[in-house]
Amino acid sequence: MADYTQMWQDLGLDLKSHDALLSVLGKAYADIFLAQKNRPEGMKYFDFVMSEVHGLRIKEIVDAKAQGRVVVGSYCVFVPEELVLAVDGVAVGLCAGAEFGFEAAETLLPRNTCSLIKSMFGFKLGRVCPYLESCDVVVGENTCDGKKKAYEIFGPLVRDLYIMDMPQTKSEMGKKLLRDEYKKFIAKLESASGKKITPASLKKGIEIVNAKRKAMIRLNALRAADPAPISGLDALLISQVFFHDDPARFTDSVNKICDELEVRVKNHAGVAPKGTTRVVISGCPMAVPNWKVPLLIETSNAVIVGEESCVGERSTRWLTEIKGNTVDEMLDAIVDRYFNVDCAVFTPNPSRVGHVKEMAKKLHANGVIHYSLQFCQPYIMESAPVEKELEKSKIPTLRLETDYSGEDAGQLKTRIEAFVERIKK
Amino acid sequence: MRFAGIDIGSRTIKLAVLEDGRLVLSRKAEGSHNPLGTARELMEGVAFDRLVATGYGRHLLKGHLDCPVISEISAFVRGSRFFSSDCRCVLDIGGQDTKAISLDESGNLCKFEMNDRCAAGTGRFLEVMATALGFTLEEFAEAALSARKAEKINSMCTVFAESEVISLISQGAQRGEVALGIHTSIVSRSAGLLKRVAPSGKIFFAGGVALNPCVRILLEKETGRPVFVPPDPQIVGAVGAALSAAE
Repeated sequence: MADYTQMWQDLGLDLKSHDALLSVLGKAYADIFLAQKNRPEGMKYFDFVMSEVHGLRIKEIVDAKAQGRVVVGSYCVFVPEELVLAVDGVAVGLCAGAEFGFEAAETLLPRNTCSLIKSMFGFKLGRVCPYLESCDVVVGENTCDGKKKAYEIFGPLVRDLYIMDMPQTKSEMGKKLLRDEYKKFIAKLESASGKKITPASLKKGIEIVNAKRKAMIRLNALRAADPAPISGLDALLISQVFFHDDPARFTDSVNKICDELEVRVKNHAGVAPKGTTRVVISGCPMAVPNWKVPLLIETSNAVIVGEESCVGERSTRWLTEIKGNTVDEMLDAIVDRYFNVDCAVFTPNPSRVGHVKEMAKKLHANGVIHYSLQFCQPYIMESAPVEKELEKSKIPTLRLETDYSGEDAGQLKTRIEAFVERIKK
Repeated sequence: MRFAGIDIGSRTIKLAVLEDGRLVLSRKAEGSHNPLGTARELMEGVAFDRLVATGYGRHLLKGHLDCPVISEISAFVRGSRFFSSDCRCVLDIGGQDTKAISLDESGNLCKFEMNDRCAAGTGRFLEVMATALGFTLEEFAEAALSARKAEKINSMCTVFAESEVISLISQGAQRGEVALGIHTSIVSRSAGLLKRVAPSGKIFFAGGVALNPCVRILLEKETGRPVFVPPDPQIVGAVGAALSAAE
């Protein structure tokens, strides 16, 4: 890796903490990802991306800024990347997947706040996330109560926190609210970037994001094969990289790995023997470097074949229809697309469990592991009804509730192993 | 052929050996800072053809003896059927966790629930509470059984419950009544787990806490279901592991 010290310093990072974080991350990556067997060749690209995750990609973003492009960070799949691209901006999904700086976070937040929110604060207070520090605008969205209230405290800590309100019901009123908010967001983006969204620029933005999602849909469909052509850990990693890589290059790399996986499927080759117990994960998002539960599952004689999560199918399964000649008409199509997203903040939210069932069937899963972050009320609340509904449909389900710490790894391992023993053929 | 099962739990390590489908040997030792060493001592001089490990230390043993492992839950499923051939529901309260398990008619694992990550409502919880009240474990159960009413214990966290107990005592509450309150709280929590997993029928009660007569009696009362405790409730997991070695 090149020397990025100057760049990190210019971004205001705490170099000592940042070095420590990178070295932990690098070691975890080697132990968890590089140690896997039979990995597809195409993962080399993602290994490279991860080795340069705070290096080359940040340099690209800093260079883009120097060329006058606006950098917009977000913590949620409801923030449309299409609109950011339409002002020639760079969209960055900010990750919050490490137990870092929790003590500092707890000086501002209650202890019983979910790990994701604490991590978001920990990264900021510890000054260790170059993505966050590169952002001209950070979008905070009013999804769950935890995030909504946390953004009130987060606001003064960042350069420009823009709050986007969110509907809570799938009603006409809810949809109108989403449209109004997207419209307002367009105005915000135009003023932050000094560029106007035109029908041509928006169409281009939609096409870029559609291509990226299409590649992910292709990848996820290939995982229906037995033997599974790619591990759940590697597939999750690709879903994580989805949020911060250059979109066109990312799309090419995913398609390239899909070409390789197609050959694997044809040759009945995979990462685990045919007949290995197959699991779908459903629930809270797993942001980099939150690999704890997938690692426990895949070292317990099972392979993960799908993620029903915001870092997974919930962010990729719908495309935006390309229609209309005006920005307003295209915005309608964008709203139609995003309004499908079945986040647990919506009430009621029946389509989510419907989709989990569909995934279990399509991907030939033997069972579903429902993953909730401790103190994430929406997903914990949904977990029991989801379990009941899945079990009723003869899909064995295990509910897990955990956080980013490693202290419960033993208990989780016992539950996961027992579940795998229960569902194996 | 002799099949052995070892259950390396958080508080005790258990060994069982089966021959021709009969239990021919069982041994127990208190857990230590060196579970591997204790396990080795326990197995000293014991002859067997195959060994399967279960319990929290299973992977540790696997790393040293290269024996197969099964989860405690599967071990209890198998072991319970050894002692009770029609078992459909197991409650295991061990040193650091509580499990409720349901079995189908043929003895396959259906569903299970475990307590949260902490020691709330487990054997360790009872030990700490007994110490706080100045009882041995035996005295603790006896005092609870002879109390006429129970002080309500609200906290299930071992640390918070200890402070609650101390403050009750300092307010002049009867030791026995506090003891009964603690037993009642552990039972209602276990009953809640059972209700989610296997809401009716006989309860097969295993683990060290099944040795406590007060918990047993309260469990019957609270659930209105018959409770069966095998002759040695602590070795069920080890027997299950031995049965798995025979498969």
